[in-house]
Amino acid sequence: MTDSALSPAIALALILTAPLFGALAAMVTGRRGAGIALATMTATGIGIVTLLVIIAGDGDFTLAIGGWEPPLGIQLRADGLAAGFITTTALVMGAILAVAGKPFGAGATERRGAYTFWPLALLLWGALNAIFLSGDLFNLYVGLELLTLVAVALVGIEGKRETLAAALRYMMFALMGSLLYLLGAALLYAAHGTLDIALLAARVGNAPGDIVAAAAITAGLAAKTALFPFHSWLPPAHSGAPAPASAMLSGLVPKASFYILLRFWFEAAPDIAGTGVLTLLGGLGALAMIYGSLLALHQNRLKLIIAYSTVAQLGYLFFVFPLAGGTSAAQPWAAGAWSGAVFHALSHAMAKASMFLCAGLIIEAIGHDRLPGMKGIVRAMPMTVFAFALAAITLMGLPPSGGFTAKYLMMTASFAAGQPFWALMLIVAGLLAAAYLYRPLALAFALPDADAPVPGAVSRARQAAPLVLALAAILLGILSAGPFAFIRIGRPGAAVEGLE
Amino acid sequence: MIAPSASLLYGLCGAVLIGLGLYGFVAHRRLIRRVLAFNVIGSGIFLLFGASAYRDPAAGADPVPQAMIITGIVVALAATALALALIVAHARLAQSGALPEDETHEDGSEDAP
Amino acid sequence: MTALLPVLILITSLIPAIATFFIAQENAGWRNGLNLGGALVKLGLIVFMLSEVAGGALYEARLEFVPGLYLLLRVDALSLLFVTLSAVLWLLTTIYAIAYFGPKPDLSRFFGFFSLCVFATTGIALSGTLVTFFIFYELLTLSTWPLVVHKQDEKSIAAGRSYLFYALPASGVLLIAIIWLESATGPIEFARAADLRLLDDTSLRIIFALFVTGLGVKAALVPLHGWLPSAMAAPAPVSALLHAVAVVKAGAFGFVRVIYDVFGISLVTELGVGLPLAILASVTIIFGSLRALQQNEIKKRLAYSTVSQVSYIILGMALAGPYAAIGGLAHLVHQGLMKITLFFCAGIFDERAGIKRIDQLNGVGARMPFTAVCFSLGALGMIGLPPLAGFVSKIYIGIGGIQSGAPWVIGVLAASTLLNAAYFLPLLYRIWFGEAQDDSRPGERPLGIIAPAVITGIAAIAVGLFAGWDLSPLAWATLIVERDYWP
Repeated sequence: MTDSALSPAIALALILTAPLFGALAAMVTGRRGAGIALATMTATGIGIVTLLVIIAGDGDFTLAIGGWEPPLGIQLRADGLAAGFITTTALVMGAILAVAGKPFGAGATERRGAYTFWPLALLLWGALNAIFLSGDLFNLYVGLELLTLVAVALVGIEGKRETLAAALRYMMFALMGSLLYLLGAALLYAAHGTLDIALLAARVGNAPGDIVAAAAITAGLAAKTALFPFHSWLPPAHSGAPAPASAMLSGLVPKASFYILLRFWFEAAPDIAGTGVLTLLGGLGALAMIYGSLLALHQNRLKLIIAYSTVAQLGYLFFVFPLAGGTSAAQPWAAGAWSGAVFHALSHAMAKASMFLCAGLIIEAIGHDRLPGMKGIVRAMPMTVFAFALAAITLMGLPPSGGFTAKYLMMTASFAAGQPFWALMLIVAGLLAAAYLYRPLALAFALPDADAPVPGAVSRARQAAPLVLALAAILLGILSAGPFAFIRIGRPGAAVEGLE
Repeated sequence: MIAPSASLLYGLCGAVLIGLGLYGFVAHRRLIRRVLAFNVIGSGIFLLFGASAYRDPAAGADPVPQAMIITGIVVALAATALALALIVAHARLAQSGALPEDETHEDGSEDAP
Repeated sequence: MTALLPVLILITSLIPAIATFFIAQENAGWRNGLNLGGALVKLGLIVFMLSEVAGGALYEARLEFVPGLYLLLRVDALSLLFVTLSAVLWLLTTIYAIAYFGPKPDLSRFFGFFSLCVFATTGIALSGTLVTFFIFYELLTLSTWPLVVHKQDEKSIAAGRSYLFYALPASGVLLIAIIWLESATGPIEFARAADLRLLDDTSLRIIFALFVTGLGVKAALVPLHGWLPSAMAAPAPVSALLHAVAVVKAGAFGFVRVIYDVFGISLVTELGVGLPLAILASVTIIFGSLRALQQNEIKKRLAYSTVSQVSYIILGMALAGPYAAIGGLAHLVHQGLMKITLFFCAGIFDERAGIKRIDQLNGVGARMPFTAVCFSLGALGMIGLPPLAGFVSKIYIGIGGIQSGAPWVIGVLAASTLLNAAYFLPLLYRIWFGEAQDDSRPGERPLGIIAPAVITGIAAIAVGLFAGWDLSPLAWATLIVERDYWP
């Protein structure tokens, strides 16, 4: 076909640039941010659908920007993994922008938010798309920095003392992480003369410089993914931001740094890994799960519970490192742990964003997020409570959700690799998640106190957005065959063979 | 003893700067000084990049690291600007130039940042 | 058609469930019609399927998740037994619930989760692999919690918390057992014998213990039974459904599948895990009966009676003998019918006459004759007087006990019968011969509230009296055991 070479480029161009142009337009036009967001969504959506069709039909592809091939030029890479993350991001952003229309839209009372939220949200989206499509470590750095700066700004958007402190704390950790990442990239460039991931895969070996670089990159990205013990910035930051911003921050931002970790270890440097570092990463993930869950049990504010839950759930993702490649003769498939981690990242993104949006709607209705105020709210906001319950099911890993599919894949890989400890941790984490998510749900279902104030009304259309997201997370589990086959398009060999 | 080449000198300089910056970040409590420390670390990393441009003298200078340094400077500029804006806004509300957990004075008063 | 029918049978509960959530509280006509219609359609489809399967047709439906993880619905004789029981009892409980609640609030929420619960139970019945069973088993926990906390008062919420506290860790244990087993053997289908010998004996014993723990919560095996008595805070239709059809039977059904279809009774005997399970079941039988004696509330007494009675099924399965298996399977049906009758009647006593405790039962036989008769039928059946249903199952289990070299089972059965008599006969005495406290005649209207109890009461008698009949549950159980388990 004549435009077969053109349409991948157009799709990628739309996906990358539409949010950025939208952000510029939103900054210029001020109050019309919501409408511009809608236009951006449409444009990006067209790009994403085209991308999905292309990858499903022709497989993964790369695109050299400007026609300049690496190592001099920058290469974009679109495979199943990238497309999966981009689609999920679009769904989540769509729901968030739908809910944010009221507090930050034209009729908003607070003016700073109405002017700044839309450009920041669209910039965040653009940065995420850039990260997911990059095939080059430096491009990833730029995208990561853009993402971090915008995320920090979103944390501090309300301008209160605590949120500013949380934003500054986040910024300190994040800047440290970025600099470590840049240091690692510099060392890799000095050793090999290129930062393109595909080219690095052939050149990276076990030299001391490579090991230091890998350590620096991993440490920096781990700080950004709030891996234990670098997690202390996350709960105040995510609970201090307004709810739509928290949804973006918890659902999408840590996934980007994890995505870079996946790309780095499985595609750029699969040979460096030894059992020690893999077990260390997995072990820190397990600690994160336990620690985050235990702290979540003690919280009395809904947003803090959800934020600590993010700390715990991000720990699951790090199990992919020790478990990748766990197969056995009895299991008919391979790459279980890798696919499981990806499934978990995608379903957690949707479920966590949905939860934060529900929390935002509840705060709008009762004015605060302290747990006792939530008593009996199922009568006033049944859709919201139902969405929260569905999201909770995904986070607990109960069937038939995407979280269960992810848990099943990782548990099977764990037993197949002969390391049942990780499977046990997954079960324990699921039970702890049930414990800390039970409290808000039980309170929602209890009878309201006789003297409690009546909750304000929230429109059904806005309550539908988190419900759609939570349903999408559940559907990812029920209709998992398609996504599973899709994300495997163009997957790295190390995902199948393991890292050791 | 190998004769130190120019790029090795630059690289060592960069490493020293990174070390100094790290020390500054850990040792100082006031946020502006931490931001300054970050900038020092950044400069060190840029020097490393610059040094890597001349890693093979026979091939001549490699232009790619220069592009990366320029990008890095721009990113550092944006990050510093955002950090300073946040610090000023925070200092106005909290009357302090450090984060709450780094406060040293009992009565909450702090010198000007 | 072979794949469509099982899916249709599942959908007849799912669609009413989803639709009911959106029906407003006032549209009782739509809600009742939808749920009753769904129940009737399901029953019709099952009858059709029964006739087809009798003619030799095979039904199977499959949904792929990720490779190696798939949902398989398969119809065999055992699943037909369970699905027929649950469909019939669902229809009757729906009629009962509509009449019981009348104009109470939050009914759309109730019936929505009620239908979801039946959807999960049907899925458990029709599941063809361990993983399918697990998925529907979890769905059952999730859909029954809102039913338990339906009244939303302190006691209900505490009961719900206790239920989840037992059920969720148990499901975690169950998942570990399943994945551990399948990591060696590949996906386990009930119809095909998997080669479990790929694992060593100690691992197999541990896995079996994990299965017992995971399934034992729902099957109310001691010491995992603690949630069941406190779940009595739920409304009567919920207790009826939970105790007769859905939750405890799902646990017992799981035991049947694991012992016979996954491990196989010969492997269970070789590993030596059958005897400990039989002992645990016997302890539960006696313990449940003893605790029942101590209760003063009617529903609590019935709850402990359930704890005791469901373990007959497990005992029958754990003993290595065809008669024991026949007895256990038949008791699945018998206990269901008798217990649901008792709970229907207890609900009527509570709603219409405010009777919650045993001492309030004096003389109620004259005031509410129909209810009292049905209650008596159920109680007599539970005690196990010949030729009623309870006796038939016990005799078979007893013979099976002797066959498998465990004659002490007869002692357990005898002791249990005596205890059953001890905690049921006083109730009957009070009902018929007690001095009535007042002469009021609380109505046994509407018809919908008493008719289901009458139907199940008569059925409970019939399955015992006509146990020799070709279509009785006993004959059905014999068919299953002869065809699939002890050919």
